[in-house]
Amino acid sequence: MRIDLTDTTASKINKALVQGRRAIGTPAVGMVLTMVIVTDEENAYDSMKAAEEASHEHPSRTLVVVKRHARTSRDRTRSHLDAEVRVGSEAGTGETVVLRMYGEVSDHADSVVLPLLLPDAPVVVWWPVDAPENPAKDPLGALAQRRITDMYAVEHPLQALEDRARSYAPGDTDLAWTRLTPWRSMLAAALDQARLEITSAVVESEPENPSAELLARWLEARLHVPVERVDTAGPVVTGVRLGTASGEIVIDRPEGPLATLTLPDQPPRTLALKVRPTSELIAEELRRLDADEMYAIALRGEATEETPAHV
Amino acid sequence: MSEELPEAAAGEAAVTDTPATGEAKPAKRARKTAGTSGPDAPDQGAREAQGATKGKKAAAGAAPAAKPQSAAPVPAADWANPLRDPRDRRLPRIAGPSGLVIFGVTGDLSRKKLMPAVYDLANRGLLPPGFSLVGFARRDWEDQDFAQVVHEAVKEHARTPFREEVWQQLSEGMRFIPGDFDDDTAFKQLKDAVDELDASRGTSGNYAFYLSVPPKFFPKVVQQLKKHGLADAPEGAWRRAVIEKPFGHDLASACDLNAIVHEVFEPDQVFRIDHYLGKETVQNILALRFANQMYEPIWNRSYVDHVQITMAEDIGIGGRAGYYDGIGAARDVIQNHLLQLLALTAMEEPASFDAESLLTEKLKVLRAVRLPEDLGRHTVRGQYAGGWQGGAQVRGYLEEDGIDPASTTDTYAAIKLEIDNRRWAGVPFYLRTGKRLGRRVTEIAVVFQRAPHSPFDSTATEELGENAIVVRVQPDEGMTVRFGSKVPGTSMEIRDVSMDFAYGESFTESSPEAYERLILDVLLGDANLFPRHQEVEESWRILDPVEEYWATHGRPAQYASGSWGPEEADEMLARDGRSWRRP
Repeated sequence: MRIDLTDTTASKINKALVQGRRAIGTPAVGMVLTMVIVTDEENAYDSMKAAEEASHEHPSRTLVVVKRHARTSRDRTRSHLDAEVRVGSEAGTGETVVLRMYGEVSDHADSVVLPLLLPDAPVVVWWPVDAPENPAKDPLGALAQRRITDMYAVEHPLQALEDRARSYAPGDTDLAWTRLTPWRSMLAAALDQARLEITSAVVESEPENPSAELLARWLEARLHVPVERVDTAGPVVTGVRLGTASGEIVIDRPEGPLATLTLPDQPPRTLALKVRPTSELIAEELRRLDADEMYAIALRGEATEETPAHV
Repeated sequence: MSEELPEAAAGEAAVTDTPATGEAKPAKRARKTAGTSGPDAPDQGAREAQGATKGKKAAAGAAPAAKPQSAAPVPAADWANPLRDPRDRRLPRIAGPSGLVIFGVTGDLSRKKLMPAVYDLANRGLLPPGFSLVGFARRDWEDQDFAQVVHEAVKEHARTPFREEVWQQLSEGMRFIPGDFDDDTAFKQLKDAVDELDASRGTSGNYAFYLSVPPKFFPKVVQQLKKHGLADAPEGAWRRAVIEKPFGHDLASACDLNAIVHEVFEPDQVFRIDHYLGKETVQNILALRFANQMYEPIWNRSYVDHVQITMAEDIGIGGRAGYYDGIGAARDVIQNHLLQLLALTAMEEPASFDAESLLTEKLKVLRAVRLPEDLGRHTVRGQYAGGWQGGAQVRGYLEEDGIDPASTTDTYAAIKLEIDNRRWAGVPFYLRTGKRLGRRVTEIAVVFQRAPHSPFDSTATEELGENAIVVRVQPDEGMTVRFGSKVPGTSMEIRDVSMDFAYGESFTESSPEAYERLILDVLLGDANLFPRHQEVEESWRILDPVEEYWATHGRPAQYASGSWGPEEADEMLARDGRSWRRP
């Protein structure tokens, strides 16, 4: 079911949500969180689709904030809010509200979002593109327990990484980090098996890949060895080599989802390491909503043993 | 966003062009290594024996399969993986290096549940890189034929999408051993295969033996495992046995069975599968009870009137006549599933969430279970008669193929139990199960007492029932709370409403199937969700007197297929002034 509202306000949207819920006959709701997606019109469709798929695992109310820019200067000053309310089968397992903001109201998006948050449930903000420089200080980011950015979707990823490291606050996370989970768990599993002291490390990836940089910093922090970064043709991260006294531990993924794991004195074996779609990344992010301390450690790349100081 | 596209595109391209080259090669290589390392195997066993004097933990480091030179740089016993950290909660619990050997691999359970579960685990990245799967059955197959069978089973029954690269990772570690359980050569071959996999895949001597065979073969298989040294773990490694119900048919036979298995495997290395315990909602009972403050205060005799635990099936016995006749519903379902659900519902809070503490609490409550004195009045058994079930005409139990028309096997059983402890004294637990009932459902209903006093007129509360908390275990996992609420309008009228919580994860691929969870737990050595032999024996102690009484008194009552059981069952509750819920 779909309700379109033009030139509207948050309280009218709330009414429409209740009306929609009544109409499809499910007065009780089992939603576990509110997801706020801040995006432009270009990326709205893809991110909504990813959020909808993730909502099968985490039933949620999704608020999509789209800031629009009018072409004429007259329209640009006129401030108004359009909304599209979707409930039932069109909105995954929750409710979706697309908020299109024109003019001045787009600078006060938090005033629209705040009344629409689910009572008591955690809030997650996701910027698929154009994340603010300091997510925690952003008016929308300040409403959230969890702030998801994506260093992959920027012009200069490594510059963005430095910004994130500088502005880190507990609750920040980045999809470039989420993408590494399969790599990291395979490396940990390989080390479980090899049980050897690591003396050197190499991360191979396409140039300027933020995930590779995070991976290198994580290895530095955990293994206390310098990590060499090697540029390859890609795609993304193509390999990790850990040097030990009796040979190298190598995970090599030259292309595609199939990687090879080599342990010292053991024959190489194949390993599935696929590049996951955004919906799976988001679903992983929503599984835990407390601060990701390991991300903070990897961001800073410091060999900290203690809990990192929170900014 | 646009930067993300190339990687996804590259991934897809690779998927499409790997199969042709990928599938053929590893299979060939696998056969070659199998052939060459066979003769070496005895040597390797000797080496392991020599190494057995090493400290336990250090030896665990030197994978017994690894060649001698790699054993040199073994770190100290307190070696900890620097890449793991308790704060790093994204890293999943991946099983350590290990392999799974399935006996009776051609069976239904194996094809429909076990193999797809193994694939799904691999697809979720929860299996170690060198994970190996060995099939054992009486078929004249090569490894490739076996891989083909697994391939089909996975394609048909797996819950996660089929991915060639995952399949490739898995298929390299597949072996098949043809043979009978009497066949010494086959077990010798199995031993060789296990040693070969240790060397070629780094499984480090860790194996779980899944006995997906009828219990009459258990003694044979475990004896053979022992005879060929397969049950003895090399230092620092483990060997586990996984067995499925039925765990005997009464206390004596259960004890015999346990003795047979324990003679070969340590009791804490024997994993008994009760797939109900692998279900998300069953685990959620513990979360509901012990992670919340609002339920525990009323979870006792002061507020609870009674508890009903139901497992209903809409199907008949199908082709299982040989197994089912003489066993019956009570032995098949109440002894294991329903008594486990009862234990989880009624037990006290465990000291911690580990296998030992859970066992302690479950045992305590099972030991406190008391049967009613008059079994004739408080137990009921039945057999389904012909009738219409869900729009189809079906045969009665006695007309099923392979069933003796004079059979007294119960296809429906209901019993009343009491728990003699401070929390539950006087609160009856009604357990019922049956085949060919109205619909397929498993649920636990905790029914509360009526409000002691009502300020409303009796006319206002006429339609008001008792409050209830219902945990739905299957098929639609979730929880329902029933309470009274005012009917909108100008008059004061109160009626029951249900608030429903559908368990969010249950309808997505992300929620693991019960067998996935249980197989992973076996490989991790986590025994939380497995009933121990003490529980099995305690459950038989509860059920045996009922079966003995039934064997000497009367015949099962007949009930129409598609109904909710025999009238006698309704009378049984009516005697206590209660009635069954319609689930």
